Amino acid sequence: MITHPDQHQAASQSTPPPPLLEVKNLTTEFSTYAGTLRAVDGVSLSLSPGEVFGVVGESGSGKSVTALSIMGLIRRPGRIVSGSVQLRDHGDLLTKSHADMRKIRGDLISMIFQEPMTSLNPVFRVGWQIAEALRLHRNMTKPEAAEQAVELLDRVGIGSPRQRAREFPHQLSGGMRQRVMIAMAMACAPSLLLADEPTTALDVTVQAQILDLMIQLKDRDGAAILLITHDMGVIAEMAQKVAVMYAGVVMEEAAVGDLFDNPMHPYTQGLLDSIPHGTSRGKALKAIPGIVPNLLHLPTGCRYRDRCPAAHAPCARAEPPLHQMSGTTHRVRCWLHHPEPPK
Amino acid sequence: MRGYLLKRLAQTIPVLFGISVLVFSMLHLAPGDPADLLLGSESTPESVAQLRQEMGLDRPLPVQYAAWAGRIVQGDFGRSTVLNREVLPEILKRFKNTLVLTSGALVFAIVFGIGIGILAAVYHQTLFDSVAMLIALAGLSMPTFFTGIVAILIFAMGLQILPSAGMYPARGGDFFDLLRHLLLPAITLGAVSAAILARMTRSAMLEVIQQDYVRTARAKGVGEHRIVWVHALRNASITIVTVLGMQIGYLLGGSVITEAVFSWPGLGQMMVRAIQARDYPMVQGGVLLIAVSFVFINLAVDLIYAWLDPRIRYS
Repeated sequence: MITHPDQHQAASQSTPPPPLLEVKNLTTEFSTYAGTLRAVDGVSLSLSPGEVFGVVGESGSGKSVTALSIMGLIRRPGRIVSGSVQLRDHGDLLTKSHADMRKIRGDLISMIFQEPMTSLNPVFRVGWQIAEALRLHRNMTKPEAAEQAVELLDRVGIGSPRQRAREFPHQLSGGMRQRVMIAMAMACAPSLLLADEPTTALDVTVQAQILDLMIQLKDRDGAAILLITHDMGVIAEMAQKVAVMYAGVVMEEAAVGDLFDNPMHPYTQGLLDSIPHGTSRGKALKAIPGIVPNLLHLPTGCRYRDRCPAAHAPCARAEPPLHQMSGTTHRVRCWLHHPEPPK
Repeated sequence: MRGYLLKRLAQTIPVLFGISVLVFSMLHLAPGDPADLLLGSESTPESVAQLRQEMGLDRPLPVQYAAWAGRIVQGDFGRSTVLNREVLPEILKRFKNTLVLTSGALVFAIVFGIGIGILAAVYHQTLFDSVAMLIALAGLSMPTFFTGIVAILIFAMGLQILPSAGMYPARGGDFFDLLRHLLLPAITLGAVSAAILARMTRSAMLEVIQQDYVRTARAKGVGEHRIVWVHALRNASITIVTVLGMQIGYLLGGSVITEAVFSWPGLGQMMVRAIQARDYPMVQGGVLLIAVSFVFINLAVDLIYAWLDPRIRYS
């Protein structure tokens, strides 16, 4: 069995704890008939234990591919080209063998997905599906794991869990299925949970319940959450840090308060502007013009410049680096905020 | 599950009734009067009338049907007009031989078809996949009589390692002799089914492997082996069983040609002879038996479905 990073936490209390997860310069490509596209292009992220790190962006910005890369679930025709994914006490996940990654997945790192309707296997009972994780990682016997699965269902707030455990996914509502997914992901008390749009497919009323549940379980187990969403509201409510992704790169990264109070990147500003407010009643909804560029044919220079209201001469010359604003943790990839834009 | 079973069993009753009406009608839909046909050129109007009375042909059709169906239910399928023997024991004996052949073909089709299909999906877009699918396409395209003759030419005439005809050697034989005799006809009969199964299994597995729940299983830390044989196969088997059910029907009906090529003493061969001789009770009995087996095979497939797919069981 693999030791949990949390067990080592006591030793490092005097100094600031090292990050739980440190992704550096992650690049993931997909080969297609039309050419090789870079879905994730040099992404770096860092998560502390117990932290909720939000990743926002439009569809196709590389959020999910980032999460799948961390999990080691990128399959042909995709491949991770470069970078490192350091999990505390376990080294670089990208250099692990398939067998080692299987032991880590579902045990130290779990993932929940957007579509609870299709993410559960339709032909197995939900209790069995939860128990499977326990049998794989905790060497439990079938009855032990089944009993634990009932307890997990109870913990994620499913009524009459013993009966529900014997049901099949199609007998449960969307919200309940997502609870089952969470129970499955939390079964082995992972130190990191990757949540890929966990509430997007759910009713608004259920969304809040599911988010609350994730926070509860996170606090109980001390897990960190990488929360992927396109919903700025969810980020504001849940996350401490946030990265805004666009076309495979991080455009801006900041503490949540900073980002909402002082969005620096025109893309972030556009995303925040497109949230309807009470005061915008009767007016046309704001939207960012255009669509996410085809990753096979990115514009030269800044990849946002085609859609950017603030685009100016330097933007076409070179891609801006992710620049750290002095004295803060705020980082932004825009020539407007760079001390030395190309002439 | 019990409710589903009862419902499904009840549904077979009208089907069986329909089959019996059709089989009964065969006698009356065929041109000419059966009594006339039986007596042939020596018939006189008096003898025909007498036979018609003996056979009950002068009574109204519903009465005739009721009497016929009553006898069938009691296991009395009548006497063969050509062999002058009880029909039921004759067709059962032949049907048993056909079942042996069909089962052999089925085992071949399942082991090779499903096995190769799964491997082709697992090793998708590799040399194995391409070669397997090419062989499957060839198997699919070759008519049974051709495969059979080629098999006889190579293994019976050329290499002389397997017999070319019959179920047992002339002096009689044991179970292993039967297996030796079964090998070529079973592979010949099962080749097309194996090819169809391989292709369907492969595409079903490829589709299932791309589903979200397979990704969930991987995210849980399930190994590839278990993903294929537990998570994916159980879902793909719903498609596979559908195809398999249709193939069993095809094998039962399609055994006629294989039986002819390999002189296999099965029901198919017997039926061909009975049809040529206008042996109506024999034809009726054979058709009835095959049709009823179809109904029960379909029933079995539906029950297997329900066992495999809870969405059917609980809806």
